[in-house]
Amino acid sequence: MGNRCAVIGVGQTRYQTRRRDVSIAGLVREAALRALEDAGLTFKDIDAVVIGKAPDLFEGVMMPEAYLADALGAAGKPMTRVHTAGSVGGSTALVGASLIQGGVHDRVLVVAFEKQSESNATWALSTHLPFNASLVVGAGGYFAPHIREYMRRSAAPDHIGTLVAVKDRQNALKNPYAHLRIPGINRQMVESTPMLWEPIRYLETCPSSDGACAMVLASEDKVTGTPAWVHGTAMRSEPMARADRDTVSPQAGKDCAADVYRQAGITDPRREIDVAEVYVPFSWYEPMWLENLGFAPEGEGWKLTEAGSTALDGDIPWNASGGVLSSNPIGASGLIRFAEAAQQVRGMAGEHQVDGARTALGHAYGGGAQFFAMWIVGAQKP
Amino acid sequence: MPSEPLVAEHALEFPGGYTRTTGPVIGRFLTELRDGRIVGVRTAEGRVLVPPLEYEPETGEPVTGDYVEVGPAGTVMSWAWVESPRKGHPLDRPFAWALIKLDGADTALVHAVGADDAKAMRPGLRVRPRWKPEADRIGHITDISCFVPEVTAMVAPIRMEYRVRPGRSLSRFLEGVRDGVFLAGRCTHCDKVYVPFRTSCPECGSAISEEVELPDTGTVTTFAINNLPDPRAPEVPFVSAYIQLDGADVPMIALVADVPAHEVRQGMRVRAVWAPPEERTLSMANIRWFAPTGEPDVEL
Ligand SMILES: [Zn+2]
Repeated sequence: MGNRCAVIGVGQTRYQTRRRDVSIAGLVREAALRALEDAGLTFKDIDAVVIGKAPDLFEGVMMPEAYLADALGAAGKPMTRVHTAGSVGGSTALVGASLIQGGVHDRVLVVAFEKQSESNATWALSTHLPFNASLVVGAGGYFAPHIREYMRRSAAPDHIGTLVAVKDRQNALKNPYAHLRIPGINRQMVESTPMLWEPIRYLETCPSSDGACAMVLASEDKVTGTPAWVHGTAMRSEPMARADRDTVSPQAGKDCAADVYRQAGITDPRREIDVAEVYVPFSWYEPMWLENLGFAPEGEGWKLTEAGSTALDGDIPWNASGGVLSSNPIGASGLIRFAEAAQQVRGMAGEHQVDGARTALGHAYGGGAQFFAMWIVGAQKP
Repeated sequence: MPSEPLVAEHALEFPGGYTRTTGPVIGRFLTELRDGRIVGVRTAEGRVLVPPLEYEPETGEPVTGDYVEVGPAGTVMSWAWVESPRKGHPLDRPFAWALIKLDGADTALVHAVGADDAKAMRPGLRVRPRWKPEADRIGHITDISCFVPEVTAMVAPIRMEYRVRPGRSLSRFLEGVRDGVFLAGRCTHCDKVYVPFRTSCPECGSAISEEVELPDTGTVTTFAINNLPDPRAPEVPFVSAYIQLDGADVPMIALVADVPAHEVRQGMRVRAVWAPPEERTLSMANIRWFAPTGEPDVEL
């Protein structure tokens, strides 16, 4: 795994439908400055910048990293852009970490953003190329059939998705950065919203957000303040069109989890991980990923959700921050998972802090559930 | 029967208009307006009144002789939308009357805001004056035609034009659907059948050369009921389904129709509904949708 690496600063913007008051550059800078302030550093102290975002078609700015170099203090420094669809925020953190672990740099700023209000993600994801009749309508249209297949295989009761939608939004009420904060959110409220892509209801879907997240990563001898130590990092991908591909529980996700657990010495994730920030853009992905990530046996992830184990006061809280269901600046959503995992083990998660969290999982997935990025962070030096 | 009441139109207007003496305070304000500046006057307590008043409303004391340039930008405090402007209104299209607190002022000025629509108006909106041309300014509040919102966003039209070539394997497949058959490719290394036909195997990377003709029947493995219309399926709800053609090892995504959306099932047997041969082109549109065959469902 190379040299030790730690998160020493985290910065987030408030996530909301439209940030009319800032440009894209202003948005990423806001997150970057907050991360630097948290680390007690300035741009001068940074050796390299790694930036991630989802497809350029979302804002219509080709290669935005070139234009954002100034805003991120990257002049004269290496700057790299990462792109792995929805998992990009996670991959961005991992590329940054690898620069530290490989001994290339001592302090790396990682930033990810999306300003979804500049266009429409469903449009950008459904570009109807000639000759092709994919008939997939946005991310919801793509993922709905796989959720339906999960429901069939697991025979999970219909209300499981509703429980996740309520639980994550209740957590969001404790997170000042969260986009969707719905006072009094309950099952009846979720169930009264229309089906968009059946079996996905409106309130079982993530919002479209503007926002950015940043972290300062440091090598061991540059650690300041309260670090979150990186105990394992892994990325995997798999071909979308492979025969016999399991779209409900992709092999790449299982392999990625196995790799990151092996590095962190984890053999029983449900017992050994204290809190997980997992990419759940549609509520049913919580039980699906509980199984894919080995927190529950196949077909039984929904039982953990139903029993309240993943709630903030459960034995393995998932998405204490409110998760992607509550804030979704797509390109940043993965990095937010990684950053929130770090904040938990730093004891700096505020009102949604899980008491005594020592080990946390950050997870992101993207594309047609074909890209995975994960890390394990801990309060203790590995 | 009473006769129609008598009616007459009448205008009461002093010929040429009243000659109103401004006094020194209002006069200064209007003089500055003519020069393209907005000034307020300071009160003894130090507040800046815009528009200036001669006497401080709270104390009744005369204001000081201290004039302060304010704005020109300001913030909308409150507003009312005028959907149908009347004769004498400053604008001949819908606009807002607004209380605008100019930067540096302690009181708000009433003026018109030329916004695109009522949705553009909100408390806190930043606005700037749109002045009449200098030669037309006479020292009157209408020297400012109206206020307009500051520029906070711009539209960036982006259009890219491509020439798309489908490539050898997709061309071959489309020739098949023009002729009413589904062409698939078999990876001899993995023994897997891929449809649409492709020239390399996504699993092992081997070149695929063996073409296989598949029947136009298959099984719905899973599906979504879409309640959001799409240009390709404007009527909702519509069902987009993964259909595993008989003999294929990967599903294709296609519409399922000729059956109510909520009667579509995982495991349902379906057959392609083709466009008539004379309407077919080198396109997936040749397959209108898949429809149930009526056979018993397949156990998944
Ligand atoms: Zn093969």
